[in-house]
Amino acid sequence: MEVKNANAAMLSNYEVFKLLTDLKEQRKDSGKSKNSTGQQNLNTIMYETLKYLSKTPCSRQNPEIVKEFLTTMMPHKLTKAEKLQLLNHRPQTAVEIQLMVEESEERLSEEQIEELIHTVAAVLPGDPEQENAAPADAEMGEAVEQS
Amino acid sequence: MFVLVEMVDTVRIPPWNFQRQLNEAIAEELNKKLANKVVYNVGLCICLYDITKLDDSYIFPGDGASHTIVHFRYVVFHPFLDEILLGKIKYCSQEGVHVTMGFFDDILIPPESLQQPAKFDEAEQVWLWEYETDEGAHDLYMDQGEDIRFRVTDEIFVDTSPTGPATADLPAQPPTVPPPAEEIVEKKEAPYTLIGTICDPGLGLLSWWNS
Repeated sequence: MEVKNANAAMLSNYEVFKLLTDLKEQRKDSGKSKNSTGQQNLNTIMYETLKYLSKTPCSRQNPEIVKEFLTTMMPHKLTKAEKLQLLNHRPQTAVEIQLMVEESEERLSEEQIEELIHTVAAVLPGDPEQENAAPADAEMGEAVEQS
Repeated sequence: MFVLVEMVDTVRIPPWNFQRQLNEAIAEELNKKLANKVVYNVGLCICLYDITKLDDSYIFPGDGASHTIVHFRYVVFHPFLDEILLGKIKYCSQEGVHVTMGFFDDILIPPESLQQPAKFDEAEQVWLWEYETDEGAHDLYMDQGEDIRFRVTDEIFVDTSPTGPATADLPAQPPTVPPPAEEIVEKKEAPYTLIGTICDPGLGLLSWWNS
């Protein structure tokens, strides 16, 4: 086996989430009996990765949202890696932005950080658990979304 | 966190899979070989992304299977340096805080990279941050199962492939031989370890920064 390019592209959590969800559906449809022998490794990693990703903000994103997010990020002059992290993490506090944006003190003013938090919150869909006031309702909301 | 990796491999399709679509059979073989495995200096393989090119298939004398050179792209877990990740504390030990992401376990935050001043509680086997406020020091415990945000500072790849008499250092395994499963059982050493830090504002347990 030969590795041609160990870093051909970076993938956002949403892309991986979508790929794995589709693959899971596809495998379910094609029937287990014949094709799934020797695929325990794939099943394990698929299950574990989906379990992890479904708890991150990416499970509520779609291609339109990602596109809109990237367009709104253009004037902020962030690097690819920084935008990717904002997309994956959906930061809600200034301290998180400062972690993800390198040398944010020099590059961004306080107003710009505030604006960034605001855009991220507006464009990327948030966790229903945090947006619902009552914790009981929130758990219901999450359960419905996962099913 | 995830990257696309372009790879080329020769895939052997046994005759009993000839009735299936070639790319379907190849996708399955590639996932069988790579999924949930660490490739040296590449990362933890998750699943096939797509097949970009199929060369002609060959049948060799004495083997009924077909051999095809396949160009494909694979989804690999390989966070870049300084990336911020979210995990859960697996356990604490003298070596530091061990973090898991569910699908990937070998993440270590060494003691010098914890929020300072840090102390190891021998009785409870847990690290704590002696956070100082005006009213005195607060002990912030890093209990098992807590969500933790950390920054990747280093990665360590260990070549766990069986070493022959001559130490060939490239993992040039013949494509027809799948990596032996007992390899993992024999050696405890993790093939791919991430070293993290939480020594920055905003890093550490999520509950520290929520209030």
